[in-house]
Amino acid sequence: MFDILTTIRRTGLLDQGLPKPTAAEAPRDQLQRQLQTVFGRALRIRHVDAGSCNGCELEIHALSNPYYNLEGYGIAFVASPRHADVLMITGPVTVNMVEALERTYAAMPDPKWVMAVGDCAACGGVFGASYATRGRVDEVIPVDIVVNGCPPDPVTLLTGLLEITRRREI
Amino acid sequence: MTRELPRQETSRLPSNVKATHRSVDAAQWLQCAQDMHNHRAMLLALWGTDDRDRDGRFRVFAAFLLSDQVVVLEHAPIGGETDYPSLTRWFPVADRLQRAVFDLLGMAADLGDTRPWLRHGGWPEHFFPLRRDVDTAERHPLVSRPYPFVAVSGDGVHEIAVGPIHAGTIEPGQFRFSAVGEKVLRLETRFGFAHKGIAKRFEGQRLHDGHHLAARISGDSTVAYAWAYCAALESITATAVPERAAALRALALERERLANHLGDLGGLGNDAGLAFGLVQFSSLKEQLLRLNEEAFGQRYLFDYVVPGGVVAELDARLIPALLDEASRLEQRVGGLRTIYENHAGVQDRFRDAGVLSPALAKAHGALGLVARASGVAQDLRVDMPWPPYDRLQARMMLAASGDVAARVQLRFDEITESLRLCRSLLESLPPGPHLVTLPAAAPGRLGLGLIEGWRGPLLVALESAADDRVRRCHAHDPSWQNWPLIDYAIIGNIVPDFPLINKSFNLAYSGIDG
Repeated sequence: MFDILTTIRRTGLLDQGLPKPTAAEAPRDQLQRQLQTVFGRALRIRHVDAGSCNGCELEIHALSNPYYNLEGYGIAFVASPRHADVLMITGPVTVNMVEALERTYAAMPDPKWVMAVGDCAACGGVFGASYATRGRVDEVIPVDIVVNGCPPDPVTLLTGLLEITRRREI
Repeated sequence: MTRELPRQETSRLPSNVKATHRSVDAAQWLQCAQDMHNHRAMLLALWGTDDRDRDGRFRVFAAFLLSDQVVVLEHAPIGGETDYPSLTRWFPVADRLQRAVFDLLGMAADLGDTRPWLRHGGWPEHFFPLRRDVDTAERHPLVSRPYPFVAVSGDGVHEIAVGPIHAGTIEPGQFRFSAVGEKVLRLETRFGFAHKGIAKRFEGQRLHDGHHLAARISGDSTVAYAWAYCAALESITATAVPERAAALRALALERERLANHLGDLGGLGNDAGLAFGLVQFSSLKEQLLRLNEEAFGQRYLFDYVVPGGVVAELDARLIPALLDEASRLEQRVGGLRTIYENHAGVQDRFRDAGVLSPALAKAHGALGLVARASGVAQDLRVDMPWPPYDRLQARMMLAASGDVAARVQLRFDEITESLRLCRSLLESLPPGPHLVTLPAAAPGRLGLGLIEGWRGPLLVALESAADDRVRRCHAHDPSWQNWPLIDYAIIGNIVPDFPLINKSFNLAYSGIDG
């Protein structure tokens, strides 16, 4: 136990905060206020891997590490689509995942947003459309936000998530 | 291994490791496979190709891994027949491979499971995407049909259906548990959900561009796959990669191993109830990725390995930073290892969970990290070292107990060894170019690339077509071999231990779905 506490103290706080807003965007505390107003301090995400190479998943995992500290900002991943506000989709949408993806989308309560993450989800990426893939998420369900990258880094992902909160400005 | 291998028409196959090739008829195919089995070879990969445009035949290939070389058998049934003798007689792993070959090509083995593997109803039964005369641009209506999982019956037996979508951020796959109370009687896994048609996508690509696609077969093994592809291509074109490029590739491969092992150790701590472990290891992994970006231009090293070498020179000013990182990591990981090993709660979950016995691992041809944690000494970096491993003298790490604790221990040991290799590479980086231009490839040449990725040995078999194009490219992930073993390792464990056991294997989904 002593070792654990010592290690925690030595590690310190690594959280680097949310991405710095550009001039066009609201200041960070305003974004956080929006997050609180719109989502009651909580944005819940259901992630579905629709056939990605798992590169995007690595960066989605990284969002939870102490540097990006996603949960610290009230954003968390949930196990059930029924608890989710955002459906985050990676991969070129394989035909073998179409049914599961459609069912997940249908199971989410309104209002809901769909975020296509990575070049594959955005436009098929290196895999394109074929007998095995639909080639992009909006071939299957409507998409609200597209985050490009192969894979997109955590800061780009965070910026995409904040974009959703901006769109819901009251 | 006292007996000589049977003498058929044997020729050297272009590869980064020692590889031979034999063309065989159906009887020899079986005879050779049996001999391989007797020589304790492992079936590494099985794939087929449609050569009817060339000589009116289909072909099936089997690659076997011996202790010091790879042997590839090639069998072309006469008259364009699609049947071939099944290898399940000696190699249980052949079962799923044969199902995949059938779904892609319509070539059928005479024995084994005939349930579809990759075809989930997204395309019709008579549609075989790797046949050269089919229109793969055509879209097919989805026909959803339940998959006939093997049912277990008896008093109090119930099924738990999991997937293809899981509770966390994980790749898609189905797990069907048959359990009594919490105890697992049987687990059956089903994959193919991430099937992207990669093999078809390769066809007709420029040979010099194919590494982009290879790098995305399994994102967490991007360096290993890109290297395997490039090694196959460089073998075909008889290109010697500069020493410096080889060293930089090995540096990238070891850093990929480090990143994945660090991530897994965090996940394993978390799954055993020690969130502290996840926080610590995910921070260390993030630091490694950030240094990757600084030194190699990419957090996960996508597209760093390219035909002829690596994409960019390593800035000499970053070498001290990389060396410092190695020392720091060694110290930090050492501290965390002590904490893991002294933590009664964690050890209680790790020990005796998900045991894969050495006998079973051997009998079923386990590969890579999973095999080494069950005492099977097999590591391409040691057994058949290709440059630069031939001068690095990598040490093979082994554990004997085959439980979650063994797979954790092995990751800790491999981190130490990888850091040693990184240090050695950085301290003696050979001078010279980091990239050379490849000559054009002769058409109809087959080459192999074999790389020991962090999961184990992976293979890329590449055949060239005219105009410097890809005729056929087959990639094989060691997870094909290891997935069926989870079904055994889980027997008798409780359902809530599955996530922990599964994490300790951490096998590929996208990598096997293709």
